Amino acid sequence: MSEAATHEANPTGLAHQFEDIEQQREASSLGMWAFLVTEIMFFGGLFASYTIYRALHYSAFEWGSRNILEVKWGATNTAILICSSLTMAMAIRSAQVGKKKATTIIYLLVTMLFGAAFLFIKLYFEWRQDWIDGFVPGLHWVFTSAHPSTVEPGVQMFMCFYFFMTGLHALHMVVGLGLLTVLVIMAARGRFTSQYWAPLEISGLYWHFVDIVWIFLFPLLYLIGGRYH
Amino acid sequence: MSEHIVPVKTYVAVWITLMIFTGLTTGVAYIDLKEWNTVVALLIAVIKMSLVVLFFMHIKYASGLTRVLIIGGFFWLGIMLTFTLADELSRHWEINPAAWGPGIIFLHLPHLLNFLPLL
Repeated sequence: MSEAATHEANPTGLAHQFEDIEQQREASSLGMWAFLVTEIMFFGGLFASYTIYRALHYSAFEWGSRNILEVKWGATNTAILICSSLTMAMAIRSAQVGKKKATTIIYLLVTMLFGAAFLFIKLYFEWRQDWIDGFVPGLHWVFTSAHPSTVEPGVQMFMCFYFFMTGLHALHMVVGLGLLTVLVIMAARGRFTSQYWAPLEISGLYWHFVDIVWIFLFPLLYLIGGRYH
Repeated sequence: MSEHIVPVKTYVAVWITLMIFTGLTTGVAYIDLKEWNTVVALLIAVIKMSLVVLFFMHIKYASGLTRVLIIGGFFWLGIMLTFTLADELSRHWEINPAAWGPGIIFLHLPHLLNFLPLL
């Protein structure tokens, strides 16, 4: 029997090892959260080392944040990700309440659009500009005399953290876009019903998690030490 | 995960709150609060995270088991951050590569990237 035929015979998508659909949903959500907890620890390690080096190079980190990163792009990207989280949540809801599959697909596509916009801003307006300005440690680092040389090692360290943290986050975004692509295909094939939407829910958990990481990256990278100078 | 379906109103309210907090955290950065700037920024980030976790990620409606798992995760994160920082910040580290001994190699690791074009 093909997968689609199985699905038609069993619209709730209930696997035989579960008592009921409720238990199955909780199991999938719990499993996803177990993965997300490992992700929290994964990013947590970066945040811990960031804090240590920030304490070591206190003024250099603030200097780098003030003079190299642009608040407008950080804030715009934060807003974009929050909007994408809303459309993601709405995509899941549209399946839960049994809306037409086109509704779910549109919400998913809008979410992907927001995700792509985020990556475009990151790549084109930020990383590309950093490269041109010579702010990429190890590869293209041109610290001109206009900058105070005393803070240089710290600024280099700050930019290392910046590229690693935003890079890792962007990688997660790319994975998220891949997941969303799969969801769009599944939705187009009519795989989701008001009973079966676990793939939407757990991919949504992942997407929101990536949003949360950015919610912390934004103040720590773009706003540290304030911008009142 | 629960059967509970979150009303559109709740989602939109959470979204608006998150957008307001994003504006707030950006705006506060331009006000001189001395050392409190970072504290306020992180406090807002924690509030935003809580909203996302509770509503978008449906933890407000989740089972106790899922909640315990998440609380456990954050507890372990707390252990990692607290113990690492307690150790690092209570010593007087000096930024003096000469004192690193063989560890000085790490300072030169980024230079290895210069060989990338040769590969």
